[in-house]
Amino acid sequence: MKLCKSRIISNHHIKNSYYELSISSDYIPRFAKPGQFVHIKCSDNNTPLLRRPFSIHSVSKEKNTFKILYEVLGKGTGFLSKKKAGDFLDIIGPLGNGFDFQTTDDRRQTTVLVAGGMGTAPLLFLAEKLVHNSQFTVHRKPLVLIGAKTKNLILCKDEFKKLGCDVKIATEDGSLGFKGKVTDLLKEVLSTVNCQLSTVYACGPYPMLKEVSKIAKKHRINCQVSLEEIIACGVGACLGCAVSTKGGFKLVCKDGPVFNSDEIIWR
Amino acid sequence: MEIDLSVKIGKLILKNPVLVASGTFGYGKEYKDLIGINKLGAFVTKTITLKPREGNLPPRIVETPSGILNSIGLENCGLEVFIKEKLPFLKTLKTAFVVSIAGYTKEEFSKLAKQLEDEGVKAFELNISCPNIEYRKGKLNFSQDAKSTYAVVKEVKKSTKLTVITKLSPNVTDISEIAKSAEEAGSDAMSLINTILGMAVDIDTKKPLLGNITGGLSGPAVKPVALRVVWEVYNSVKIPIIGMGGIMDANDAIEFIISGASAIGIGTANFINPKASLEILSGIKKYMVKNEIKDIKKLTGSLKCQKKSL
Repeated sequence: MKLCKSRIISNHHIKNSYYELSISSDYIPRFAKPGQFVHIKCSDNNTPLLRRPFSIHSVSKEKNTFKILYEVLGKGTGFLSKKKAGDFLDIIGPLGNGFDFQTTDDRRQTTVLVAGGMGTAPLLFLAEKLVHNSQFTVHRKPLVLIGAKTKNLILCKDEFKKLGCDVKIATEDGSLGFKGKVTDLLKEVLSTVNCQLSTVYACGPYPMLKEVSKIAKKHRINCQVSLEEIIACGVGACLGCAVSTKGGFKLVCKDGPVFNSDEIIWR
Repeated sequence: MEIDLSVKIGKLILKNPVLVASGTFGYGKEYKDLIGINKLGAFVTKTITLKPREGNLPPRIVETPSGILNSIGLENCGLEVFIKEKLPFLKTLKTAFVVSIAGYTKEEFSKLAKQLEDEGVKAFELNISCPNIEYRKGKLNFSQDAKSTYAVVKEVKKSTKLTVITKLSPNVTDISEIAKSAEEAGSDAMSLINTILGMAVDIDTKKPLLGNITGGLSGPAVKPVALRVVWEVYNSVKIPIIGMGGIMDANDAIEFIISGASAIGIGTANFINPKASLEILSGIKKYMVKNEIKDIKKLTGSLKCQKKSL
């Protein structure tokens, strides 16, 4: 991890309240793993006080850049959305433990990525790595399930497709793809594939992750979830971002944000 | 201009007056890649207890205007693991470190101090003021009562000759009375202030935002309160004060020193800017040069005012 001032390459409004920020850094792209996050000082003063954590969305080692995908929800992300190309951001990263995807098990048949809303953010970076790795192994291209309330809120469909992933969409109002929740789509998918040797990687709202965890348990498949909490220090010092696990409290910022789903005591 | 930044806290000579506050800097290792810890005046560890503590139910942190509420609940690995796994790194530091300790009885405090003295620790901060744990069933924390403050400090001073710093709570009617009893019991210095008890509510769910319902407020929001407490205590006791509470920059730090602090602690600011303490140190130096203050000790308590009767 490093604390650095990094230059913004671009800060695009994508749609609705979603933005994509591209940042120049000669450190983070080299060391970042999918699932890790960066801790950004969004405002230039003490309002809001704390930094904001963002998953690393995509990385280019060739261009020394990385991206974050974010939604404007409050003051912090509001300030961030006003930043312009050429501005500098105060960033600590990469932080936390990422997804464990370096399996040597060549028998693994299916990798399923389940994204709810903003949960697509870390999963694109994971897909980049998975696709890259599959050039050397027999892994199939990942299957990506993206869910949102409605068509306009579906994120990164084309980016995943460009990587060669199989993409399936679920919208709650049925405006695109499967009608229903992404967890219902997951149930359907797992009932049709030989899922015994697959791994599910999920990121999204808490109730969704809880449900994904339940489904994975029922099918007895490995499932990793990326959790969110209010994070103060980001480096494991303040012990503020604790989550209950079977092994006692663990920290989202240091032990996570990615956890094995069966480790979590869901509330 | 040559400036003297050194300060004396009990038997400790600190090379400068800037400390990082307990609970905001872990056991040092967490921040070693982000800041030169050895440049600090001293480093105060996260509080340890005799037995490991799991800590309080999450959520443990809520952001409030200009502050944060926390209810960590003294999660820590306990004395044994601390000695085995945390202390070796602290001993490699080229700056002073202070171990923050807490117990449920005065005997636990002195037991912790004695064992840590045997392990080569040179100074303690007595955390008798954590707002997030029940020290004794249904009772106030030790620092909310002059007699129990006296009892704990006295017991620890009986068991060790090392430097003892007592950290007090602002959640009291008359802080001077408590500070005086800590001084009488032999405390070498005072850390002021621990967090201010507060709470926050989610109006949609009607649930408290903290798992433990209430928590301790820190950050810029508490600075005026902390400053007032430092000034009050400075006028009541002779032992040095380590001032803390919402210090974000050198200006804040200097306000504390002028109001009576011999040294200052940086807490919440570390989360926002891990280099805050060192930036504050260089700001203090600049201020001293600009104002031709050769010795930081001359700045302590230099507040110009008509002394009101406190």
